[in-house]
Amino acid sequence: MTERILTTGNEAIGYGAIYAGCRHFFGYPITPQNQCTEFFARELPKVGGVFVQSESETASINMVYGAAGAGVRAMTSTASVGFSLMQEGISHIAMAELPCVVVDVQRGGPGMGTTQTAQMDYFQVTKGGGHGGYRNIVLAPDSVQECFDFIQLAFFLADKYRNLVFVLSDGIIAEMAESIELKTLEFDPLPEKDWALTGKAQRGGNRNFISCSNLLKRPTRDGLKALGDKYHEIEANEVRHERYMIDDADFILVAYGSSSRTSKEAVDMARAEGLKVGLIRPITLWPFPQETIKGLTSQAGRFLVIEDGLEQMVEDVRSAVEGKAQVHFLGGIARHEPGPGGMIFPDRIFEEVKRLI
Amino acid sequence: MKEKKREMEKVYGRPRLRKDLPLMYCPGCHYGIITSLVAEVIEELGIEGNTIGVSSVGCTFVTTQYFDLDFIDSAHGRSPAVATGIKHAHFGKPIVFTMQGDGDLAAIGMGCIINAINRFEKITTIFLNNAIYGTTGGQLAPTTLLGQKTTTTPNGRDPESAGFPIHIAEFFSNLKGISYSARCAVNTPANYNKARKSLKTAFQKQVDGVGYSIVEFLSACPGSWKLSPKDAMKRIADEMIPEYPLGEFKNVDNIT
Repeated sequence: MTERILTTGNEAIGYGAIYAGCRHFFGYPITPQNQCTEFFARELPKVGGVFVQSESETASINMVYGAAGAGVRAMTSTASVGFSLMQEGISHIAMAELPCVVVDVQRGGPGMGTTQTAQMDYFQVTKGGGHGGYRNIVLAPDSVQECFDFIQLAFFLADKYRNLVFVLSDGIIAEMAESIELKTLEFDPLPEKDWALTGKAQRGGNRNFISCSNLLKRPTRDGLKALGDKYHEIEANEVRHERYMIDDADFILVAYGSSSRTSKEAVDMARAEGLKVGLIRPITLWPFPQETIKGLTSQAGRFLVIEDGLEQMVEDVRSAVEGKAQVHFLGGIARHEPGPGGMIFPDRIFEEVKRLI
Repeated sequence: MKEKKREMEKVYGRPRLRKDLPLMYCPGCHYGIITSLVAEVIEELGIEGNTIGVSSVGCTFVTTQYFDLDFIDSAHGRSPAVATGIKHAHFGKPIVFTMQGDGDLAAIGMGCIINAINRFEKITTIFLNNAIYGTTGGQLAPTTLLGQKTTTTPNGRDPESAGFPIHIAEFFSNLKGISYSARCAVNTPANYNKARKSLKTAFQKQVDGVGYSIVEFLSACPGSWKLSPKDAMKRIADEMIPEYPLGEFKNVDNIT
């Protein structure tokens, strides 16, 4: 029998990592992901793992770089401000093609912003916050169960593609408690990490070399092609999204993370009044479910993007519809109160739907 | 006169762990000597199968190619954090060392290495101090001497605007987590032999799990100093050593 526990999104990330076989965590405290770092400090030593509190997020991500280069499953978690500090390391991981997992629990921004929930790091996670135009897979859980499941999926995808995978949470998902099923997910077999730094005695004296530069490991043009091909392969194979009441919908909401939970409730409110409203929830923010949204323009003339911040994901939806549908936006200014604790409630989304219809 | 055939015995050669590749360093640069010395010491200690090197940005970046060892390069100044990740990934078993220049270690990466030392990591750092930024064409380094002309201190380093030369080996010897801190040079056979001994001690401290160890090398950079290799060698004795005295600043077998 699988075990069920009541836990928070932040701790579910920790459980997920342990179930994924991750035994190395490097992190720095920052709100609202502190319970995540604390979980690893408390739990990893119990399963023979290593927790290191770094002096900064810059150091955390470079420790992850080193540990992943050494061939183990390693991760860090942070929140927006710390995530910005990691961008240098993330860009280097992209070039070195190391399988790493990074959790970003979004808070308000820009700058120090607020310590409470928001969805304002979309550009940074999906478009590459560092230099060089790399791509990272982004998984956006909307429940505590998905925090647990997606960390396992993140480690699988990271190893499969030798790529960095982000799990993009937010202050609400991080701190809410739900009942989850603790279960190891099954994935396809993965290739051996014969490239990892383990000391050359392990390989009969042949050295391994990992580089975050194209200068020493391969010709620049070959390097660009290799990365480009990999990104296209991920785009072709790894798009994930959830469809809710879509089949007959002529008005479609698009939302991810905590906003998709409130949007779902708004869909139910609309359906109760006979309105044909549905929801597309992108699960991978990159690769983005572009083709799905484009295909839906044949049945729906209006899309409403709900994002707890300023306009970010809405740009990808506008791009996906290719001018064949109207794209509207409901963002952070629709929160129920002006302070940092504000939220976009379902009735506010429903009100916007009715206004637009 | 009868010609006598002389049998020559090979007494010194390229260290086995230094790969036989054309040297990319400028003529008269000491990086080649120091790289070979590190390779020789690792071979002598018998730790090559279990040793992983980390380089950063600057001229140390190319050292990755010369070592026949597992190696990784990393972002500017971050190699002590990368080394930390590697060391912990294998639960403290491998011998991990970083190769860092003066801009890398003492400017952009100063916070990184101080915190790695203070976390009591068991890592060894080879610090190559040539008092200038070589790769980027001769700009001010934290270790540039007072009055020294660089492309960003065209009138010479003035402490009012550019601060003072920083003494890393002495500075780090004050940190609790340091087991060994020394400054060496390779400008004379005597100094070369002392450097060899220091390097060996530094790696041994890591093998024994005593603490962080660092060896600072005063290294010539004829290209950016705009001196001939011979004059650059002379400058080590005449100007660098008087500012940066050679010697051991910390050598302990136990840290509690």
